[in-house]
Amino acid sequence: MTIRQHPTSGGTASPSDGPPLSGTETGGAAANGAASAGTALSDTVPGAAGDGTAGNGAAGNGARPPRLVGEGLTLAYDKRTIAEGLDVAVPDRSFTVIVGPNACGKSTLLRALARILKPAAGTVVLDGERIGAWPAKKLARTLGLLPQSSIAPEGITVADLVARGRYPHQGLLRQWSREDERVVAESMAATGVADLAERAVDELSGGQRQRVWIAMALAQQTPLLLLDEPTTYLDIAHQIEVLDLCADLHESGRTVVAVLHDLNHAARYATHLIALRDGRIAAEGAPGEVVTAELVREVFRLPCRVIEDPETGTPLVVPAARR
Amino acid sequence: MSSVPLGSPQVFHATSAQSPPRTAPPEEPAPRPSAAAARPPASRRSVRAAGLAVSVLLLLAVLVLSLAVGARPLSLGDAWRGLYDSGSPAYTVVHEMRLPRTLLGLLAGAALGLAGAVMQALTRNPLADPGLLGINAGAAAVVVTAISFLGIGSFTGFVWFAFAGAGAVAVLLYAVGGGRGATPARLALAGSALNAALFSYVNAVQLLDTASLDRMRFWTVGSLASAQTYTIERVAPFVLAGLVLALLLARPLNALAMGDDSARALGANPARTRVGAIAAVTLLCGAATAACGPIVFVGLMVPHFVRALTGPDLRWLLPYCAVLSPVLMLGADVLGRVVVRPSELQVGIVMVVLGGPVFLYFVRRPRRLGTRRRASTGAAPEVAAP
Repeated sequence: MTIRQHPTSGGTASPSDGPPLSGTETGGAAANGAASAGTALSDTVPGAAGDGTAGNGAAGNGARPPRLVGEGLTLAYDKRTIAEGLDVAVPDRSFTVIVGPNACGKSTLLRALARILKPAAGTVVLDGERIGAWPAKKLARTLGLLPQSSIAPEGITVADLVARGRYPHQGLLRQWSREDERVVAESMAATGVADLAERAVDELSGGQRQRVWIAMALAQQTPLLLLDEPTTYLDIAHQIEVLDLCADLHESGRTVVAVLHDLNHAARYATHLIALRDGRIAAEGAPGEVVTAELVREVFRLPCRVIEDPETGTPLVVPAARR
Repeated sequence: MSSVPLGSPQVFHATSAQSPPRTAPPEEPAPRPSAAAARPPASRRSVRAAGLAVSVLLLLAVLVLSLAVGARPLSLGDAWRGLYDSGSPAYTVVHEMRLPRTLLGLLAGAALGLAGAVMQALTRNPLADPGLLGINAGAAAVVVTAISFLGIGSFTGFVWFAFAGAGAVAVLLYAVGGGRGATPARLALAGSALNAALFSYVNAVQLLDTASLDRMRFWTVGSLASAQTYTIERVAPFVLAGLVLALLLARPLNALAMGDDSARALGANPARTRVGAIAAVTLLCGAATAACGPIVFVGLMVPHFVRALTGPDLRWLLPYCAVLSPVLMLGADVLGRVVVRPSELQVGIVMVVLGGPVFLYFVRRPRRLGTRRRASTGAAPEVAAP
């Protein structure tokens, strides 16, 4: 057992070391949870970023029943079947990372969990109810998704883009409000883009842009946040920056699910890892238990050694040299 | 862009701190910007609201001008008196000719500008104009068919044909030019091909049927001159319905602008939004085309100018377009009455003369912007790629 920083089902799941949410109830009241997570976040983030990965929040796996579950999922685009009979559960308050080789169905699974893709068979259940039965806006206030491809309308400013995350909270009779204003400002502060508020999104660097999109998803104020390859196309420093941000969001009480390409990042940041291969779950659990040389060979067809990450003690995959 | 004076100190600050450290530094930025960022949106909103008020004043000015200018110029006072005083010598001119013409310009202008803005949002293509993409031509083709082969001569008769034509082309365009996999290029190609085909059909019918040629000649060029009070009464409900529908779609279309997945993740319904948008465009273009012929470029030019004022937020863009498009339409009509006095130029012709160069300018501009953007950021332009 090499895990130092991330207590999991086997470890100590003490809720006390995550200060912001220790007093929050976990009941089904999504709006309530989201609101407290939102306020907590703005208090936590500057401090939490300072002391690295020390604060773990409430990251216990076994304590609560999972809120988001896929049962017997068959996922297909037209006639091409991606996965069959897939059972998956996202532990509540976890930072779940889905990894796997290209075209293994990672993004497809995430899209199904977010109701973007309708499964050909099986159901996705959120908070005990079939996700298809959720009203669209209520769902969007509970579960947020950062899709792989989003389009920033030409000339839109950062503040305006983030403000569009308020869509599910607005309606014909409830247009822009003080509350929206506040949440947008907080979301920008939490992602470190408040200084860019009046800049055009087109002008930003890739890392800044990605943080703006995450800020938009944050403005939705959802207790669950799904991110599809949030670090793709970013250089290493920006990748870490975005992952640190995701870790902060997780520590402030959100359930975060991300599809990542880099196994080492997944091992370092995830509290729960799901390894997919050909539409099947090859392994899942705490990264310290799951990430082994055999698994990497099985899932990625890559011979390697797994050593201890000198920074965090999590598994570190070192591909074998060619000779 | 409208808030540049307010935002500029911040922009400068942000540029100086171009690439922020990888973890948010605990020292200062976090609490302060949230307070600072809370202010600009509010003031930007008041700037936009003020701009809208100015636009309305501009519209009123053009309305008055349109009542006063013509083959028999009236002073502003005479025009005003002619509006309400039945004893005034200007009463007949104002009521029989200028007022219907002005009201028609108001309705058709608002309809075409709004349709253009909705079309551009729907297709995510800044060049989508119902005139250029063949929707107006579709309405025209069906109306010409009705006049020529079915002998229908009244507006009441052909407004329904105009709707049928506009709707058919809108749906066809959506199917041919894209559906799910719509790319701006495919849409523009499909639209211009349709437009060309439909216009040559209209011309062919006119040349073959000399009897109705005269009746159709002004109409197919696009003119406000033949406006009658009764045309306006017929066209107004459709334009109003389209206007309300378009304004209701502002927020869902805003969500759709970020891609289907994003829209769905926000709780919007892309399919329903598209159907609604096509219905709105059909209503607006069909009504405007039935009333004054296929007029191009309004739906292209106005949303472009407005976007520079308001940014891409349709909650502002659409109302601005609804107010400023009639300004352009009536402005062009007034210009047409003045330049070749005592005769006059049809508004459709003036619009093309004005619109052509503007269109060329816009076609050239985005490309230049695009390359500069890619060069300046370097980091990752692909995030925004569809």
